[in-house]
Amino acid sequence: MSIVLDIRDLTRVHGHGESEVHALRGVSLQVATGELVAVMGPSGSGKSTLLTIAGGLDSPTGGTVTIEGCEIGGLSRKDLAGLRRRSVGYVFQDFNLIPALTAAENVALPRELDGDSTRAARKLALIALEEVGIPELADRFPDDMSGGQQQRVAIARAIVGDRRLVLADEPTGALDTETGEQVLRLLRARCDAGSAGVLVTHEARHAAWADRVVFLRDGLMIDETGRAPEAESLLDAGTRG
Amino acid sequence: MSIKQGLLALLEQGPMYGYQLRAEFESRTGATWPLNVGQVYTTLSRLERDGLVEAAGSDGEGHIFYRVTDQGHAEVATWFATPVSRTTPPRDELAIKLAMAVTVPGVDVRAVVQGQRSATIRALQDYTRLKARADTEDPHELAWLLVLDSLVFAAEAEIRWLDHCEARLARVAAGKAERAARSSDVDAEIDVTDEKAVRR
Repeated sequence: MSIVLDIRDLTRVHGHGESEVHALRGVSLQVATGELVAVMGPSGSGKSTLLTIAGGLDSPTGGTVTIEGCEIGGLSRKDLAGLRRRSVGYVFQDFNLIPALTAAENVALPRELDGDSTRAARKLALIALEEVGIPELADRFPDDMSGGQQQRVAIARAIVGDRRLVLADEPTGALDTETGEQVLRLLRARCDAGSAGVLVTHEARHAAWADRVVFLRDGLMIDETGRAPEAESLLDAGTRG
Repeated sequence: MSIKQGLLALLEQGPMYGYQLRAEFESRTGATWPLNVGQVYTTLSRLERDGLVEAAGSDGEGHIFYRVTDQGHAEVATWFATPVSRTTPPRDELAIKLAMAVTVPGVDVRAVVQGQRSATIRALQDYTRLKARADTEDPHELAWLLVLDSLVFAAEAEIRWLDHCEARLARVAAGKAERAARSSDVDAEIDVTDEKAVRR
């Protein structure tokens, strides 16, 4: 197992002087291939800030973020954008799909922006849509899809072209319980297939799909569940059928 | 939890002997509430005494089969038709512990809450792993999956309650701090007024 995301002593201060807010006060987190880590904490604990910095959407005040061995603080804007397109997939609560593009075009977009031909990008998009279980919706527009289907498209966009790091910020926030669980099953399967995932959620039932759950409070990591033992500690499924 | 009604309900499917009943019970509840065979036989003899089951012969290996009587059928029907009673909630150690923690001086309530939250999430992770492994298409797994969901919901409710306790405690603490700040503001104002009075 290799470390895909390595966050060291991250701090983030918003504002100056009197109105200064310490969103993160020194958080470190390593996520390896095959691992899904859930981040929980009350609102204002810094969990979304952590994720946006991990994805290169915001810059830290202090500390480092290294993605697949590349420290993103040292990158030019252009190189950072390239790394994000190739290595990092982001899943948002409100899907963030482009309404004028079909599912396949939405998923293909990061590849096309990275220089792939339309045809090559579409091929990868169809593979990703297949993986999230909706190949038949490739040519449909977001407005003609249910929330659950749109989130599947968003996940396909996050994993297209074999990106190794998936960052999900409350990906189930707008979905019902059943659909939310399907989204978690997808993220879980993706990590089992070798990606690294970070999931920010306030829902314990969704965090429970992760290998590790870390708790933030007031910008500090206050606790974590640790990696689960291989054998079930509570119930032994092995005795069944 | 009622072993008596559970075994009666299983016997509705046809006569069974003790070991079979135990295996059937566990296949439906996924060994969540393991029964020992002694409990099964004790319960069967009580059911027989009360006229709810009767012996129905034995096989060559000495296993005694039991079947449900008419009275037993009626008992099962009543059980399914009657909601589980909530009149006496079971004693909840966690609720009692927190009730004590907020009143006994010197206890770090936040640490108690977080310790429990972490442990309950870990249990929830275990249930979820079992769920991920179960075959949702297999009708035989349905009973087990529903039992697992029940455990998931209960753990989730506990975590939500812990979140609620923590938020509530934070609000109370913030309210106290604000009241303290306000009363010191008032003190400062009085000081200023006094000063003005003196200057005049």
